[in-house]
Amino acid sequence: MRLAWTFARRELRGGLRGFRVFLACLALGVAAIAAVGTVRAGITAGLQEQGAALLGGDAEATFTYRFANETERTYLDQIGEQVSETVDFRSMLVVGDERGLTQVRAVDDLYPLIGQVQLTPDIPLKEALAGSDTLPGGVMERVLADRLGLSPGDQFKLGTQDFIFTAVLERFPDNASAGFGLGPRSIVRTADLATSGLITEGTLFDTQYRIALPEGTSLDTLETDVKERFQNNGLRWRDSREGAGGTATFVDRIGAFLILVGLSGLAVGGVGVSAAVRAYLAGKTNVIATLKTLGADRKTIFLTYFFQVGILTIIGVAIGLILGGGIPILLAPVIEASLPVPANFTFNPAPLGEAAIYGTLAALIFTLWPLARTEDIKAATLFRDAFASTSTLPRRPFLIATALLIATLLGLAIWFSGTAFLTLWTAGGIAGALALLVVAALIIRLIARLLRKPTRGRPALRLAFGAIGARGGESTSVVLSLGLGLSVLAAVGQIDGNLRAAFNSELPDVAPSYFFVDIQPDQIDGFRARLADDPLVEKVESAPMLRGIITTINDQPASEYANGHWVVEGDRGVTYDGPLPDGTEIVAGEWWPEDYAGPPLISFSAEEAIEMGLAIGDEMTINILGRDITGTVANFRNVSWEDAGIGFVLSMNASALAGAPHSWISTVYSAPEAEAQILRDLASAYPNITAIRIRDAIAQVSTLVEGIAAATRYGALATLLTGFLVLIGAAAAGERARTFEAAVLKTIGAPRGRIMLSFALRSALLGLAAGIVALAAGILGGWAVQTFIMENDYRIIWSNALGIIGGGIFVSLIAGLAFAARALSARPAQVLRAND
Amino acid sequence: MTALSLTDVSLSLQGNAGRVDILHDISLDVATGETLGLIGPSGSGKSSLLMLMGGLEQASAGRILAADQDLTSMNEDQLARFRRDNMGVVFQSFHLIPTMTALENVATPLELAGHRDAFQRAEAELRAVGLGDRIDHYPAQMSGGEQQRVALARASAPRPRVLLADEPTGNLDTTNGQAIMDLLFDLRDRHGATLVMVTHSHELANRCDRVVRLRDGRIDTAKAAA
Repeated sequence: MRLAWTFARRELRGGLRGFRVFLACLALGVAAIAAVGTVRAGITAGLQEQGAALLGGDAEATFTYRFANETERTYLDQIGEQVSETVDFRSMLVVGDERGLTQVRAVDDLYPLIGQVQLTPDIPLKEALAGSDTLPGGVMERVLADRLGLSPGDQFKLGTQDFIFTAVLERFPDNASAGFGLGPRSIVRTADLATSGLITEGTLFDTQYRIALPEGTSLDTLETDVKERFQNNGLRWRDSREGAGGTATFVDRIGAFLILVGLSGLAVGGVGVSAAVRAYLAGKTNVIATLKTLGADRKTIFLTYFFQVGILTIIGVAIGLILGGGIPILLAPVIEASLPVPANFTFNPAPLGEAAIYGTLAALIFTLWPLARTEDIKAATLFRDAFASTSTLPRRPFLIATALLIATLLGLAIWFSGTAFLTLWTAGGIAGALALLVVAALIIRLIARLLRKPTRGRPALRLAFGAIGARGGESTSVVLSLGLGLSVLAAVGQIDGNLRAAFNSELPDVAPSYFFVDIQPDQIDGFRARLADDPLVEKVESAPMLRGIITTINDQPASEYANGHWVVEGDRGVTYDGPLPDGTEIVAGEWWPEDYAGPPLISFSAEEAIEMGLAIGDEMTINILGRDITGTVANFRNVSWEDAGIGFVLSMNASALAGAPHSWISTVYSAPEAEAQILRDLASAYPNITAIRIRDAIAQVSTLVEGIAAATRYGALATLLTGFLVLIGAAAAGERARTFEAAVLKTIGAPRGRIMLSFALRSALLGLAAGIVALAAGILGGWAVQTFIMENDYRIIWSNALGIIGGGIFVSLIAGLAFAARALSARPAQVLRAND
Repeated sequence: MTALSLTDVSLSLQGNAGRVDILHDISLDVATGETLGLIGPSGSGKSSLLMLMGGLEQASAGRILAADQDLTSMNEDQLARFRRDNMGVVFQSFHLIPTMTALENVATPLELAGHRDAFQRAEAELRAVGLGDRIDHYPAQMSGGEQQRVALARASAPRPRVLLADEPTGNLDTTNGQAIMDLLFDLRDRHGATLVMVTHSHELANRCDRVVRLRDGRIDTAKAAA
């Protein structure tokens, strides 16, 4: 082994010139993963550090559709030094005839307990909410004020209450914990809404109690105590350790996904690494043969080159870590300013360790086989060309080692990402794409060979097909390296395009124009009457709406019984029905009689019931507005979630819930030209009602999806950049062959333009082929996601398709022609004599 | 008639160790239909002289006329076209394009010259050199002797006025070397081309009409073969 190490060091004395592509591919792959990991760690650290500010307190208790009752409030006052109460709900902000959907935060005088609200003009929130002598004040985000044409001093209305607009809301500390809101934010005082008609029993609102805890309070102990006391009352508890709530989970998941995309970049880089090692070893054939002649055994030879690759791997990984870890820190001010959440970018060893492990394992996986081929080189090579490039597999130990390395990489990726499902699908996708690309490269070569005959008489084209079809040429590495990056880009483009098309065009065809919420029971008849008279209204669906938490099933805690199913995590919409609603399909059990007034009965969505393991006759307790209602599952029915209509997992018989305070929700399907008038009429008649325009809501979801798609696209671009490096490497490695070819062609009479055309055609055709294969893979991926996950129709996004094919040709041309100039300018005599 | 005429031709090349003078004031005429052997020790400049005659190397000084055209005044593309229409070159290491079959290698200069029957002619040429059964083989699938026959076929297929051969048997065993030389002279006899050949072999040189010996980049002696 020492001898091998000595040989390795001697060989590396020549420098790293032949390994630029090796180092670049590995460094770029590692850097991408390290950068994503560092950014994710920075955001997570920022969220954790500012957990209390994001939460608005050291801890928070939340209730749905109600305020804390006396017992709960007393308890909260006891455990905290200060308790701030806020109310969160959607409403319509009205200015004259103009209306804008807003997410209202109604606050008390203590808000915010932690952090500062930043306003323009720069005045304290208390002063802004105090308003004028006659009217209370309100603040709102700029986008809403601009949409409604409001300037400070103007009046607006929430429900029946008038407010004076005093300042623009620039930033507020608990923004990230607020979750996904459908409208821009506005803040008023809860006390000022007393006569607005907006916060009444049964309307849709959440209350939050932010608590400043005494120093030294154990968050663990407190959490256990709270849960023991109030778990089944509908109280939800969070503390500063998870201040960002869903945001932290979201960042974590997106980060994990992007690292998996980064792994695809590493796979492409691996192709380059592998090609670089192959090329290096091909140049070392005589050295290896000489060493064997002098008595070096297979192990010594293997280790000599394994050590060299090992040293290069360490250098490549180190460069990648410096870049990937350093760039986010260097760019921290820029990144932090553009993020909606706090971040703290510092040197963080964990993501760098993860990237280093991925890089090292990828380098090992991709270099083991080329290294194993050193065993095939015979001493006789020195006397004759005995190194036939057979395509047999390496010996079994190498196969086993490769399999173990891949298994280790997969296992670690699952562990790091925390999601076996996503990791295995991504790994399967990468492996599938690589296999597809290898097969495609073989087919492309075959087709190129077949096309040589029909292109006789067009030497430039025939030469290009000849080069593409040649064994041992660059076709396979070009198709692999370019194809994988383009495949990811194509898949992202196809999925994103289809999702957006579904949001923008397909859904609204069947989706309602408006969702109306907070319709009071005494308003529902008038509401229906207005719509019934309108010939432009196609359909109106209304349902009573309550929210409840399923606490127990068959006397077992619900989350335990249903194994953490989403239906039992948090509160769900609950409705009640007398007769069987039109279009409802009962798949098991019986619907209750219209005038049924016995013990509560439950109708459950069939799909979710199967997933949760429910059976007809099961007992279920639901906490609604702090009151436990226990019922028996009487039937299962099919619920359609696709058409954006009203769908409830859980419905009960009317007499079980009709007495509870509640409001109604309604979906209105109307012709687009009737929408504005309907909104004006209903909002004037019932100021407390909130209308959500479906197109706006879809646009907002669409923006979110676009953000995720953009992040993925950047990841895919990193993969493509690695692919480009591999192409450059392949072109550089092929430069000698091209120079020789150009010299021979010049000798037999080809002018430079024709040779250049042939080179360009070969690059363009390979790029075109890689683009087509990538597009096929992307379309397959897009179709699978659209068909099996989104359960929607799939259509090809042609702009993306053309971009992928055009991009493939362009990138391949750039890489191919970058090295053509030297090949064309060399004098034939010098080239051909050097080859003698 | 003069096929090739060199007047005071010199060649200097820039090497790693500085400028190297390869050829000095070479003046030489080759008559149409003549076979000329260039001999001399290694490094004497005979291959360089052959390359200059083919326009594969640019002379540092002097004038080279081929088929009454001045090669020294042509740019690279003009030279390529000139070779296409007038010259065939055979190298010691064959220099076939590895990504092409034997047939394609031979057909390429004919295609470049715009011959519609390039492949039929190429096939006939390969049959003439005894490779009718190897036309779809790649260079890597053929022996050295076979590769050199393909190279010969490629050089002679366009019926060049001048055939230049740089040690065409240098990489071949005696039997194959003899066969190649027979073929080369046979092709030259059949097509009446002028042949200039670099060789180390006195036996081969003796088959030429005239032999020019080079030493240190200068013409040492020129004699008519026996």
